[in-house]
Amino acid sequence: MNVLLDLFVTFAKVGVMTFGGGYAMLPILQRELVENKHWAAEEELVDYFAIGQCTPGVIAVNTATFVGQKLKGIAGGIIATLGVVFPSLVIISLLAGVISAFSHLQWVQHAFGGIRICVCILICNAVVKLYKKAVVDKLTLALFLAIALGSYFLPVSPVVFVVLSALVGIAVKNWGVRK
Amino acid sequence: MMLYLRLFYEFFKAGLFAIGGGMATVPFLYDMADATGWFTYNDLANMIAVGESTPGPIGVNMATYVGYVTGQSAAGIPGAILGAVIATLGLVTPSIIIILIIAAFLKSFRDNRYVDSAFYGLRPASTGLIAAAGLSVAVSNLFFTDTLAQGLSLAVLNWKGWILAVILWVLTNKVKKTKGLHPIIFILASAVVGVVFSM
Repeated sequence: MNVLLDLFVTFAKVGVMTFGGGYAMLPILQRELVENKHWAAEEELVDYFAIGQCTPGVIAVNTATFVGQKLKGIAGGIIATLGVVFPSLVIISLLAGVISAFSHLQWVQHAFGGIRICVCILICNAVVKLYKKAVVDKLTLALFLAIALGSYFLPVSPVVFVVLSALVGIAVKNWGVRK
Repeated sequence: MMLYLRLFYEFFKAGLFAIGGGMATVPFLYDMADATGWFTYNDLANMIAVGESTPGPIGVNMATYVGYVTGQSAAGIPGAILGAVIATLGLVTPSIIIILIIAAFLKSFRDNRYVDSAFYGLRPASTGLIAAAGLSVAVSNLFFTDTLAQGLSLAVLNWKGWILAVILWVLTNKVKKTKGLHPIIFILASAVVGVVFSM
């Protein structure tokens, strides 16, 4: 099979099997890319994943671009990425149509009323998990609190907070601003 | 036409600045709700639930969903599909560009002390942004904000919501048997509870 086509199909498969993204994806990538296709060594995959996690964007997309790029250059990177998002496009489009057709029904609204409570708890759990890795000293605690409150109460774009906090990190770590 | 350009631009921004995957896209969607009026906070919470419960990375799912709904209100089903594609492409374009650049000098990127120190600040920032977004969902769902305008009383508490929230928190954090379960199970169970207790 053509390598580009193979990249598209394999990453579409990864897209279908990923629920929620993030760490849940790693075992699927290991099975498909390392064991089945031999496209990357185990350590390479962990490297890609680590970089995918600390660069902007969706981790699954970043990893797909990396592996595709390694195999087939720029075209490979783009095709692998399109592959990983393809199942989402199809499934969500179908589902969004169904949901909007039924959303006026009373019981559907009640169901979403319950679901939204669950979303609160899922976000809360995600924050707790990230917090343990992100907040390691007084300065990171101050950044966390300032940005959480600032973003909640002020009409400021998240972009501003992201750029500022990167600059604070660089300033503190490199130019010896005292903590 | 303008709508689709705006969709691409908004999701390009989210793709460029959302760091850490998963929920990191959420604060940008809240910002989008404020800035564009394309959807409400409640719509967004529904989208998060759908994104979590369907195959595919959650960030991509939400981009597709938002693009679909926004395009649909402008131009029906063809507009919806175009919107879904454009929002998703907007989200992944920065990733493609950035990763292709990084892949060219992989080693020096990982060992670069500026990159490393930027992340020292970025990690708590990303966490703080998600916390603020979570607080918005929580406030609009655990309190009846429209009742609040008539004065402070117990009627503003969505007590059914609080009870469900506490139960879910215990199940996802404290009970050994259930805390490792996939979120989709809790989402479906909450839907059933919502229907049964008219939430």
